Amino acid sequence: MTISGVALLAVCTLLGAILGDLLGMMLGIKANVGGVGLAMIFLIAGRHWLIRRKLLNEGIKLGVGFWAAFYIPIVVAMAANQNVVAAVESGPMVAIAAIGTVLACFACVALISRMSGRVETMDEIEAREAKGAQTGGLGSVVR
Amino acid sequence: MIVDAVSRVLQANALLTAFAFVGLVMWLSAALSKYLTMGRLHGSAIAIMIGLALALWGGMVTGGKSGLADIPMLSGIGLMGGAMLRDFAIVATAFEVDVEKAKKAGWIGAASLMLGVIVPFVGGALVAAAYGYTDAISMTTIGAGAVTYIVGPVTGAAIGADSAVIALSIATGVFKAVLVMIGTPFVAGMIGLNNPRTAMVFGGVMGTTSGVTAGLAATDRRLVPYGALTATFLTGFGCLVVPSIFYLIVRAIVGS
Repeated sequence: MTISGVALLAVCTLLGAILGDLLGMMLGIKANVGGVGLAMIFLIAGRHWLIRRKLLNEGIKLGVGFWAAFYIPIVVAMAANQNVVAAVESGPMVAIAAIGTVLACFACVALISRMSGRVETMDEIEAREAKGAQTGGLGSVVR
Repeated sequence: MIVDAVSRVLQANALLTAFAFVGLVMWLSAALSKYLTMGRLHGSAIAIMIGLALALWGGMVTGGKSGLADIPMLSGIGLMGGAMLRDFAIVATAFEVDVEKAKKAGWIGAASLMLGVIVPFVGGALVAAAYGYTDAISMTTIGAGAVTYIVGPVTGAAIGADSAVIALSIATGVFKAVLVMIGTPFVAGMIGLNNPRTAMVFGGVMGTTSGVTAGLAATDRRLVPYGALTATFLTGFGCLVVPSIFYLIVRAIVGS
């Protein structure tokens, strides 16, 4: 049933929120500490459990999948009700923060890719696979 | 008379009006992405930029603090984009996370995820502090926005940030996503982005799913699934550690 999926999602979200609030109280801050992340972990665990018991059906997938597909529109709505006027008045901070972090992140990627030594490029992989000398498949590259 | 009837129905069914309105914005963004940018700029990033622009317009017209939601006919936008449905939808995205696939990314994926949260967070928080946002809540929220435009508002709502600060954090995240989309093809050669492993590192470090998928698509379509694999983890990971561990660290350093 579709409602089972929606209910599972709701229970996970609520459980995460409650635990997040409790965690916040324990740490002495008036905040929800990682509630969404905890809820995600519950949902992943729930899905795993359902698969193992062979209880995961199309209805459950539909109930959760609909809301997953809905998240970009919801983020658009969220963006549309922020106090952007006040944000704009704060000046070029946004651009500086974004440009700075993107450059730093590109540098990190370059560093890791140099450090981890040479690996087959996508072109080489395709050339090798075309030759029919496919030994380990993608798994060997991924590792 | 007709105008009265229409506005009465739209206000009485505010949430449905919001669905129709956001649907229109999404459709328009997809068209703009396809025909104006040839798919280079992801439709979702355009839609969020339109959303922020509309919030600016709404705020200027009404003088309120809730952007478009202050316009009576569009008050449903406030419910649709409110904390309840937002958390609900974001948690739902975790359902597609495949633990088996995650294991394939291995330690290099995990390391890139750590970097992908720490580097932007520290950068964003420092820039925020430089611009006078020196309290722990604002620094954490803007730093979170530099991770992705989802982690920003989720964090801000969780720790009780001001709406203007949340708007800044979303804008930072969207700006980052757009830069990644446009910039990736140009730096691909320099950062060695021509193999699946680097694509996975790239996805984890850059983190923004829309930025990573669109940027990789513009570089080399075959790399998209590898980048997306790690990128999809970053938002969830960020939502877990930023409002908790990172906020506590920032609070310990700068005081509340």
